[in-house]
Formats: sequence, structure tokens, C-alpha cells
Amino acid sequence: MLKFSTAVLALASASSLAAATHDIAPGEGAQERLQEALILAEPGDEIVLAEGRYVLTDGLSLDVDNVTVRGAGMNASVLDFTTQQGAGEGLLVTSDNVTLRDFAVENAKGDGIKSKGADQIVYHALRVEWTNGPDAGNGAYGIYPVEASNILVQDSYVRGASDAGIYVGQSEDIIVRRNRVVENVAGIEIENSNRAEVTENLATKNTGGILVFDLPALPKVGGGQVLVARNAVIDNNTDNFAPEGNIVAGVPSGTGVMVMANKGVQVLDNALVNNSTSHVMMVAYTQAFDDERYEPRPVDVVVRGNIYGSGGNAPDFEGGQFLAAAFGGALPPVLTDGLHQNLSVEDAVPVVSLGLTEVGQPFTQAQPQLVQPAADGAIAALPAVVLPAEMEARLK
Amino acid sequence: MKGAGLLALGLSMVAFSGAIGGNAAISQLPTVNDVAVLGGMPRALSEFGFFSDMREQSGSHDVIPYRLNTPLYSDGADKLRFVYTPAGESFTADGDGLLQFPVGSALIKTFAFGEGDKRQLIETRVLLHRADGWLALPYRWNEEQTEARLALAGARIPVTRPDGSQISYRIPNKNQCKTCHSKDGEVVPIGPKARNLSADWLALSEQTGELASIPQVERRLPLWEQRDEVSLDAAARAYLDVNCAHCHQPGGGASNSGLDLRWEQDDPHAIGIRKPPVAAGRGAGGHAVSILPGKPDASIMVHRMNSIEPGVAMPELGKGTIDPEGLDIVSRWIAEMGQ
Repeated sequence: MLKFSTAVLALASASSLAAATHDIAPGEGAQERLQEALILAEPGDEIVLAEGRYVLTDGLSLDVDNVTVRGAGMNASVLDFTTQQGAGEGLLVTSDNVTLRDFAVENAKGDGIKSKGADQIVYHALRVEWTNGPDAGNGAYGIYPVEASNILVQDSYVRGASDAGIYVGQSEDIIVRRNRVVENVAGIEIENSNRAEVTENLATKNTGGILVFDLPALPKVGGGQVLVARNAVIDNNTDNFAPEGNIVAGVPSGTGVMVMANKGVQVLDNALVNNSTSHVMMVAYTQAFDDERYEPRPVDVVVRGNIYGSGGNAPDFEGGQFLAAAFGGALPPVLTDGLHQNLSVEDAVPVVSLGLTEVGQPFTQAQPQLVQPAADGAIAALPAVVLPAEMEARLK
Repeated sequence: MKGAGLLALGLSMVAFSGAIGGNAAISQLPTVNDVAVLGGMPRALSEFGFFSDMREQSGSHDVIPYRLNTPLYSDGADKLRFVYTPAGESFTADGDGLLQFPVGSALIKTFAFGEGDKRQLIETRVLLHRADGWLALPYRWNEEQTEARLALAGARIPVTRPDGSQISYRIPNKNQCKTCHSKDGEVVPIGPKARNLSADWLALSEQTGELASIPQVERRLPLWEQRDEVSLDAAARAYLDVNCAHCHQPGGGASNSGLDLRWEQDDPHAIGIRKPPVAAGRGAGGHAVSILPGKPDASIMVHRMNSIEPGVAMPELGKGTIDPEGLDIVSRWIAEMGQ
């Protein structure tokens, strides 16, 4: 009898330790039921969103480590924030080792999905969309991990963000791959971050396809070691619909890949087609700043192995049309403001420099010229970004 | 020696709590349920035993009311604040900063609209100091005003304010409590900083043994209702410290913005002067910087304070209406900078 009780006890404790599944269905009270599951989940648990549309009035949040939120597919389980009345984002994650997969977030009033300080996060096969398409009234970022290490964003779709579709800020060890970013101001933006790989994405119909920026006076500055490789960056000619005041509001329509500041950016083996300002652009930060840590110029940049289609035929900056005319109707595919340090363009395409000599000098003082930038010495390949193996294992 | 002066302290609090049973003998006051403070997630507020009279919001033994000089705006709700420290324990000061409460302590805040018999209690938020840190829990009052129930997922309820205006009042969920109350990933109290408490309250707390010793406070936040008697700078900076800095500081929920609105921050760029936005999105409202001296209408800070639209409105949580008083002070402060 004693033996039997012990066995029962062991069984009971084993089952209470096992990961639980919380099944959530759309319908009445979805806001409270889903939020309560997100709060009461224990590490290891999975929250499963049944197929259907979840009408939500307030932001959701997750603050438990090692939880998976899984839907029935990016078009099947839809978190609909069209009637959202509060909070700055649709879903906020503030815990580590979280996996978000196979659901959609629609029409969030602020950002779509934000994770802050959430290490080892996986965003997989999500759809974040503002269904009315480009509109200054849409939320800023679609997928928005910030201040974290080990970030994987893959196989997702973001449309309509009034800032960046996928924005990774002030983070390190980042992989953004196989996503489709369509009709955002910036398709993908890596900002003030280190060791990032942006690969095999389709960036199309954005204002700018892929941006790699570093800004001064933030808690983390000095971004770099960013690989932009094997992406299709096509037709990014949507008028800039970002609200003024934001850094991306200054991105010209027709930008393929843009590098601002940063140390160590490699633009390799991309297909760059029909971006009407410039396929690859390198510029220094133009505004005044007071930050001793900050390097405003792009440093150690490699451009190699890319395929260039038509483009540069309608440069979206002051005097751009005249400049294009001077080059026979289209700007050369690679453009630098002239302030780069150690730029190596190894593709057999013309490179135009605006010939600026000082950081902050206005573009009106440009002295455009063709240049052949070469590095002072060989720039080594970037080391591969290696995420913890368990992150990929979660998706198996 | 705690307890001897408690009655005196309680009586002195009547002025602003309006709720202390002044003639109740201390020995007759119920005591707080320390077990509930230290563990579990009680489903009902009454389980804590914080109140001798729930409806009247009269504190139990060792449950002491306090007020903040400058309070957080919460859609115009009145807030009844209490601190509880376990028998035989006291809290300590940390300079002019946050009081340090021993494990087993609780901070209790009830949100209410209206006065007297018409006072409607909406929610009570508790912060419990447990062995593994602080835990924040929201409780929603029932219509009969007899009990408040745990609302882990928060709630949105229609409220008619005393001026007749109808609002959609949001009770935050447990995670949203943490969003504001987190610093470096840990839940911490926000309000009871020595610099935002009156010297009288601190002195009384010391006399009764609740507070170990009175801290030196060089610059105290002004009393909000007396804001016109201090400089615009002091009033505005106090307002920003209390309403914004819990997120907008290093280690806070909005640390990535680079905006630091703490009372003690004196770097003009850090408090937003001519600072471009980072991730404001459409919250920027077409403006280039957080604060443009002399131009409140061209300052993102004013634009966001003057909005109730999610994605634009600041603060992001706990606000469904614009605070006209705060907006006025901050706007005039920015306008004055241009002179």
C-alpha cells in the first residue's frame, strides 16, 4: 500500500511538472481568456490559438520564460487589433526563450509585436499586417525585437508598417531570413545592433528595402558586423509614408539597401532590381550629435557579388533628376556620399560619389563624381552568426 | 518602537485620507493576513485583510495612508494609498529615493471616482514584497462595493466621472503592472520616494517607528496643487518624473528611446531637448524632436501627451483621457524655454 501511494505521488508530481497546453479559441471574452493564459502559463507551456479571428480591444503581453505561442497558420489564427483602445503594441514579450509562430497580428494601433529584453526569441511564420496598405496612420514596426541577444526572425510576412516591417534595435546576434516584407516604409531595418545576418528575404514595394543604421545618443551605439546577403530587393519605390520626425522619413523612395554609419557591413550576392533611386547607398549620419562613442560614417563596407537590374532612373532627392540626366538618365547602382571609410565595391558597376568631405555637409554642396572605391587592405569575411542550437531545435 | 505613536499618525492622516476611524482603539483594529501577503494569488482583496472597513477604505493595524506630493495622472481617479509593514518591522530610506520596504510589506492603491456616499471604488492594485521580489496584482471592485476580485487579465469598464463625462477605464493586467513597475527586469515600487513624500509624513513615520530614520532631501517634488507657487521648471520636471520616468529611464520599459525623464537628470538632450525620436513611429506627429524650446506645438512630448490614440498617446498604459493640468504645465514649460 505504501508502495502504491508513492507511485501515485510520483506520477502526480511528474504530471504537474510536464509542460501544459493552453487551448484558446476565438469568440466572447477572447481578450481576457488569452491574456489570462499568457499570464498563468508556466515555463515550458504552449499556448495554442485555434483557427479563427480574435477581436481584441487591448494590447496583449507575455512575461513568462520559455513559452510558445502557436497558431494554426499565419492566415488561420488572426489576432485582430482593429478595435484596439489601449497599449503601445499588439503583443509585447518581455521574457526569455519565447517562440511565436504561425499566427497573424492585424491592424495594431502601435507596433505589431514587440519584444524588449527578450533573449533567445524566435519569430517564425508570422504575419503582421496593416490591411489597408501604406498609410501614415499605421503602426510603426511590424516585428520589433529590441535590447536583446539571440534573435531569430524567419519565414514571416509584414505589410504596411509606417516605419519598418522588421526592425531589430540595440541587440546582438541576430538572424533575419526568408521573410517577405512588402509595402512598408523600410522593409527590414537593423539599427544600433551587432552581429546580424539578413539573408534570403524578399523586400519589395517598400520605400527602402533593407536599412542598416546606427544612431547616436542611444543606450547602445556602435552597430556593425552586419551581413546583407542573398536577398531579393525589388521595386522598392513606394512613396515614403512615414510620419515626419522619424529617421526613416528621410529615406528616399527607390532605395534598395542603405547603410548609415556602422562598422563592418557586407552587401553580398543580392538581386537588386528596379529601385529607382539607388540599389546600394552609403551615407554618414547628417544631424548634429554629442556622443563620443559615435562614428557617424560607414566604415569597412563591402559590396560584392550582387546582381543589378534596372534602377536609379528617378532619384528621390533634391537635384536627383539632374544628376540622373547627367549620367545618361539613371544614377549608377551604387551611391556613396563620399564620407565612407574603407569601402570596397568589388562589383563591376559604376559607383557615384556625392563628393562630400565633412560629416554634416549639406547635399547642396555635393560634387558628384564617379569613383572606384577600394579598401586599404583586404576586409575579412564576417564571422557567421551562431545562435544557440536549442533555438532552431524548438522549430523541429 | 513601532505602534506607540500609530494613533497619532493615523489621526494626522485624516486630512487627506478622510477614512481613518480616529476613535477606534488600536487593539481593536484587525491585523493583516501576512500569509496572503507572502504567498499565493488571493482571488479576493478581502483575503489580505488590509482594511478594517473595505468600503470606507479604513486601514487595518499597521496599514498607514500616505500621499505623493506630485501624483501620477490616472484619468482623474482619486487614489487612496497605503503602506503596510509587518509587525515589528520598519522601512528605511535610501537617500531621497525609493523607501526600502522589508519582505512582507505591501503597497496598496485604490482608484476611485466621486466623493462621500457617491464614491465609486473601481480597482485596487497591490504590490506585495515577497522573498523572491515584488509582485503586482490588480483587483476589480464589484458593483455592490463589497469586494474586489483578482483581475489578472485586467478589464475595460465604462465609468462616469464626477463631471459627468463617460470614459472607458482600463484596469491593467498583471503584466501591464510590471511594464511600468520594472527596472532592470525586476518589479519595484514607483511612488514612495522620499523626495515625493512630505517631510511631515516622513517625520511622523519615524516617530511611530515605521521609518528607521529620516533621510535628507535636498530638492523635494512640489505639491501638485501648489504648482503655481513654484517655478515652471520644478512643476514640469516633477510631473515628468512621476508620469513618465518609470519607463523613460535607464533600465526602464522605454530605455531604448534614450529619453530619461527622471527628476535628477540634468542633461538637456536626455530629457528630450532637441532630441530626435528613435522608435516613435507616427507618435512623432510630424515633429522632429521631443522638445523644441519655445515651441510646445512642435514638440513630440506635447503631441503625445495631447493624444488618447493608442500608438500615439503617452503614457501608453493607464491613460484613457488627456490630463489637462499636466499638458498645461509641460506646454508652458516648453514655451518658457524659448524666452
